[in-house]
Amino acid sequence: MLRILHDVKVDWLALRKPLLMFSILLLLAGLVSAIGRWATPGGTEPFNLGVDFKGGTLVTVDFKSPPSLDDIRNSLSGVGMGDAVIQPALDKQGRFLIKVAQQGTGEEAQSKAEVDDGAAKVGEALAGFGQRVDRATGEGDWDIVSKDAVGPVAGRQLRNQAITVTLLALVGILLYIAFRYEWTYGASAVITVFHDVLVTLAFFTVFQWEVNLTTIAALLTLVGFSVNDTIVTFDRVRENLRLHRRATLYDTTNEAINQTLSRTVITAGLVFLSVLALVLFGGEVLRSFSLALFIGVIIGTYSTIAISNPLMVWWQQRLERAGRGGAKETLPRPEGGPRQTRTTTAPAKRRAGAAAR
Amino acid sequence: MKKNLLHRVIIILVVTLVALWIVIGPRRWPPTLADFTPQGINNTLRNNIRLGLDLRGGSHLVMQVQVADYLKRLTENVAVGLQNSAKEQQFAISNATPQVEGDDYRIIVEAGEGVDVQKLKDELPKRANDFDPSIWTASVDGRRVVWEMSDAAKTVLSSQAVAQAKQIIDTRINAVGVAEPNLSDHGAQGSHQILLQMPGERDPERIKKTLTAESRLELVHVISPQGMLQKYPTKEAALQSIGGAETQTRKVYPYVERDAPVEGEPEPAQKPEPEWVVVETPNVIEGADLRDARSSQGDGGGDIYQINFDLKPRGAEKFGRWTAANIGNYMGVVLDDQVKSVATIQSQINDSGRITGSFTKNQAEDLSLTLRSGALPAKLVYLEERTVGPSLGEDSIRAGVRASVAGLVFVIIFMVLYYRGAGINAVVALLLNMLITLAAMIWPLDASLTLPGIAGLILSVGMTVDTNVLIFERIREELLTGKTVSSAVDQGFSRAFVTIIDTHVTTIVSSLFLFVFGSGPVRGFAATLIIGLVANLFSAVYVSRTIFMWVLSRKGKRAESLSI
Repeated sequence: MLRILHDVKVDWLALRKPLLMFSILLLLAGLVSAIGRWATPGGTEPFNLGVDFKGGTLVTVDFKSPPSLDDIRNSLSGVGMGDAVIQPALDKQGRFLIKVAQQGTGEEAQSKAEVDDGAAKVGEALAGFGQRVDRATGEGDWDIVSKDAVGPVAGRQLRNQAITVTLLALVGILLYIAFRYEWTYGASAVITVFHDVLVTLAFFTVFQWEVNLTTIAALLTLVGFSVNDTIVTFDRVRENLRLHRRATLYDTTNEAINQTLSRTVITAGLVFLSVLALVLFGGEVLRSFSLALFIGVIIGTYSTIAISNPLMVWWQQRLERAGRGGAKETLPRPEGGPRQTRTTTAPAKRRAGAAAR
Repeated sequence: MKKNLLHRVIIILVVTLVALWIVIGPRRWPPTLADFTPQGINNTLRNNIRLGLDLRGGSHLVMQVQVADYLKRLTENVAVGLQNSAKEQQFAISNATPQVEGDDYRIIVEAGEGVDVQKLKDELPKRANDFDPSIWTASVDGRRVVWEMSDAAKTVLSSQAVAQAKQIIDTRINAVGVAEPNLSDHGAQGSHQILLQMPGERDPERIKKTLTAESRLELVHVISPQGMLQKYPTKEAALQSIGGAETQTRKVYPYVERDAPVEGEPEPAQKPEPEWVVVETPNVIEGADLRDARSSQGDGGGDIYQINFDLKPRGAEKFGRWTAANIGNYMGVVLDDQVKSVATIQSQINDSGRITGSFTKNQAEDLSLTLRSGALPAKLVYLEERTVGPSLGEDSIRAGVRASVAGLVFVIIFMVLYYRGAGINAVVALLLNMLITLAAMIWPLDASLTLPGIAGLILSVGMTVDTNVLIFERIREELLTGKTVSSAVDQGFSRAFVTIIDTHVTTIVSSLFLFVFGSGPVRGFAATLIIGLVANLFSAVYVSRTIFMWVLSRKGKRAESLSI
C-alpha cells in the first residue's frame, strides 16, 4: 500500500516554544496592524469592514464595454462620491464592485437608522456611460446587477449577532468536550480555536481583506475544522492512555500526534485543495469566504500541534501536581545540566516520569 | 453475517432510491419517459431545488416599524379623549398634557379649583374615547393625576402594531402583484422588524415607496374666513396667527398640491414652495372611516389624476352632520400631515369625496391602493435592502458549482490513487452524502439553497473525506500490527467510530447554535452543514462498512489481502 508519513517519531511537544513564539509573532503583527491603523489619524480602519457590518451600499455594475477605473471614479466624484471604493471583479470582464459608505457624518449618520440611497447616486453617476439595460429588450450599456444597502442599525445588529453567535457556538463546543473528556481538554480546544480565529483576523487586518457576513461563515467553518482536528488527536491520546497506563501524558500525546499525522496531512491537504479551488474559481462574491478558509485550514492544522496539545499536557500536569500537594519538583536536568527548580514545563515532567521508571 | 449484509444492502438501496427520487423525480404522477432524458432531469432539478435569493435573483428588504411614533400618537389621542371627557363631565381641569420622555409615555392632568383629585382619577377615564384601562396606570401626585403606560402594555401594543403593519404590507404587495412574496418577522424579539423577500424582483424602488406610504388620511376643518382661503407663506406666520404655538385645537400643516416626483418621471420645472394653513384638531374623519378609494382621471383630463373615496356608514353620518353645519367653510384633505387639497363645502356631503392634488396616474393609483389597504399604524423605515439581479445569481451558481466540482475531482482522484479499492468506498460515500443532503433540503425541510449553503455542503464533503481517511488509516494501522483482514476492518471501524462521533457531535452542536441564534446566511450555512453531517454518519460509516463487508464476504472468511 501507498503510505506517507509512516512510523513518524517526532517529539512535537519539544517544539512548543518556537511554535508558540511563531503564533505570538503572528498575533502581535495583527495587533500592531489593528492598533496602528486605529491610532493613525486619517488612516484606514483596523478592519476593512464590508457594508454588512459598517452600513453603506455595495453596488455591482456590469458594463457592456468596460470603462477605465479612472473614468468611473471621475463620474462618481461628479455626484459627490469621490470616496467610493471601486473594485474590478477578477472573474468577469466589465464587472465592477462599487462600495459607498453610509452618507452623512457623525451624530446624524449614527442616529439615522434607515439605509440611504447610495445606489441611486451611483445610478446618477453611471448615467454618463449611456443607458441602463432595459429589462425587456436587453438593450443598454450598463446594468446594476446587485445592490446591498445596510443601515447603521442593521449593521450594528448583524455585527453583534455574529459575535454572540460565534461565542455561543464556542461555549457549546466547550461543554461537549468537557462532557466527553476532562474540562482541561475542552478549555484547551476552545483556547486553540480563539487563537485560530485571532490569527486569521490578523491576516485580515494586515492585508485589509474585507470582513463581511461570509467571512463570519468562514470563521465558523474554521472553528469546526480546527476543533475537529484537535479532537482527533485528543481521542487518540485518550485511547493510548488506556492502552499504556504507565506511559506519561507527554509521550502519549507525542505518540498520538504521530499516529494521526498521516490522517492530518491527507485531510488537511484535501480540504486545502478544495479551498484552493474555491479561491481560484469561486468568484468575487465568495472571495473573502475563500481567503478566510484558506488561512483557516493551515492555521487549524498547525494549532493542533502548536497550541491545543501542548496546552492540554501542560494543564493536566499542573493539575496532577496540584493534586499531589502542589509541591515544586526539583528535577535533574539531562546531559549534566545545572539543576533547576521547574514548576510547569512538560519535558521536565516527562523526564521525571522516565526517571521514575 | 450474510443475512445481516442483505438487510444492510436493502436499507441502503431504499434510502438511495428515495433520495434519488426526491432530487430528480418529477412532482407529478405518472412520470413520462421524457422526464428521464438529460433535458428532462435538468428541468426537474430546476423545479425541485429551490434557490435562495442570492442565487436566483430577487430582493430582500428589512423594515422596522417605528413603534415609538405609534405609542406617541396613541398617547396624544387619549389625552384629547380625557380632555373631552372632562368637558362633558364638567370637571375643571387645566390641559390634559401628553408627555413622552424616552421610553415613558404619560398623560398629566392638573385638577382645577375645588375638584376632588381622587374623583377625577376615577371618573375621568370612564367617558374618555379610546381609553383602555388595562394600558394606563393612574397615580395621584399632589393636585395632578398622572396616567402612565405600563411596560406590559407597551410590549403588547408594539407587537400589535407590528402585526398590523405586516398585514397591511401583505395587502399592499398582493395588490401590486409581487410573485411569491415571503413576509416574516425578523431580528430579535422586540426589534419590531419585518423581512420581505421577493424572488425575481430586481428593481424594487416603486414597491418600496408603496410599502412605506403611511397613508394616514384625515379630513379636517381648515380655519379661514369664508370666501377666500387664508394661507400663510411661512410656518412662523401661520403659527403667529394662532398665538405663536400649536394649541390643543389648532395645528399648522404645510399645503402642498404636487407630490414629490417619483423616480423616472420628469421633474416639475420648479418645485412649488409649500404654503401653510391652520387646521382644527381633532379631525372630522379618519382613514379608518374609509370604505373604498379609486383613482380616476381629473375633470381637466390630461395627465392629472384624482382619488375618489367612499366612507363607511358611521363616518358618512358624522361627515354629513359636520358638512351641513359648515357650509361655506373650508375642508382640507390631509395625507400624512400634509394638506393635499382644500375645497369649499358647497352643500351637505354624506358618503363620498375626492382628493385632488394634480397627481400623476402612477401616484394616484399607488395612493388609492395604499388608502384601500388602510393606514400603517406607524412609519416604516428600511434597515436593509439586498437586491441581486438574476445574471449575478447565475454567475454565482456557475462559480460555486465550478469550484465544488474542481474540489470534488481533486478529492476523488487522490482517494482512488491513494487508497485504491477502498478509495471507491470514499467516492461512493461522497456522492451519496451530497445526494442525501440535497434530498433532505428538498424534502422534508423545504429549504432553499443559498451561496453559504453551498459552502456548508463543501465543508460537509470535507468531513466525509476526513471520516473515510480516519477509518482507512486506522484499518491500515491494524493491518500492520498483523491482525487478520476482517478483524482489522472491525477494529478500524469501531476505534475510528469513537473519534468520528466526537468530531461530528461537536460540529453539530456548534452548528445548532448557529442555526438557532443566527440569521440569514449563517443559518443557511448551518442547516446544510447539520444535514450533511448526519448524512455523513450514514454514508461514510454505515455504507462504507457495508461495502467492506460485501468485499470480505466474497473473499470468504480467510481473506488475506485488502485493497486499501
